[in-house]
Amino acid sequence: MVAQVEAAETELLDALRAGQEAAFEALVREYHASIVRVARIYVSNRATAEEVAQETWLAVLNGLDRFEGRSSLRTWIFRILTNIARTRAQRDARSVPFSAVGDPSGEPVVDPDRFAPAGERWAGHWKSYPDRWDTLPEARLIGDETMERIQAAIDRLPPTQRQVITLRDVDGWSSEEVCSAMEISETNQRVLLHRARSKVRQALEAYLGQD
Amino acid sequence: MLISEDLTCQELVELVTEYLEGGLSSTDRDRFEQHIVLCDGCAVYLEQMRTTISLTGSLTEEAIPAETQAGLLGLFRDWKQG
Ligand SMILES: [Zn+2]
Repeated sequence: MVAQVEAAETELLDALRAGQEAAFEALVREYHASIVRVARIYVSNRATAEEVAQETWLAVLNGLDRFEGRSSLRTWIFRILTNIARTRAQRDARSVPFSAVGDPSGEPVVDPDRFAPAGERWAGHWKSYPDRWDTLPEARLIGDETMERIQAAIDRLPPTQRQVITLRDVDGWSSEEVCSAMEISETNQRVLLHRARSKVRQALEAYLGQD
Repeated sequence: MLISEDLTCQELVELVTEYLEGGLSSTDRDRFEQHIVLCDGCAVYLEQMRTTISLTGSLTEEAIPAETQAGLLGLFRDWKQG
């Protein structure tokens, strides 16, 4: 698997160095949206993030000959990006980075009403169990509307939670990659991810529970 | 050690991500798993979280606007010409 990925990457790199547009387009399709998202962590608006992304692409192209494959192409691209984004953020006098933990207050991720109250014999246990989703028709579970609900739930999240869940669960980044791009601790990352995933689950439960 | 032996469902739901991320100590992981084995509600909840993660992973990226794409291609052509 890893060897395959490496072979594909080497091929892509060769094509890029040879100036093949299709290779560059493929790279853009794969990374541009995440690059802009990560840039948004550092800079204050979408237009600036797009500029940072442009600058990143240029730096990637100019650095191609020096890229030795000691890290993955993705890691390398995002390292370039975070350097550029940081510099840009400093120039724009924005505090770097924008990484306050959203709601550290510890608001519960499941409505406390769902559990038996303190003092009862089954205090803290489910009053009634959540519904199973694996018995739902597949078409409903993975339908377009389900996807729209998920996207809407993510869009409603506080920015840092939105960034973490998008990078981790949509883009498939590792927690180390997210921590280093967002300059947050492993613990913060986990708290943000937990809140974000729990809210998406909640939105799904509300939707899938409708008849 | 974070988890007491009488871990409640209400406590468990707060630990799901830590569990899935492999962040629990082995003692805590055992307690978490013992609860899951005995509690259908939490077993379903954990499954819902797993499903949530996998569904989120199948979200499709919004397409890159044509204008952006054209701009980047221009950048590439300029670079190619050195
Ligand atoms: Zn339980």
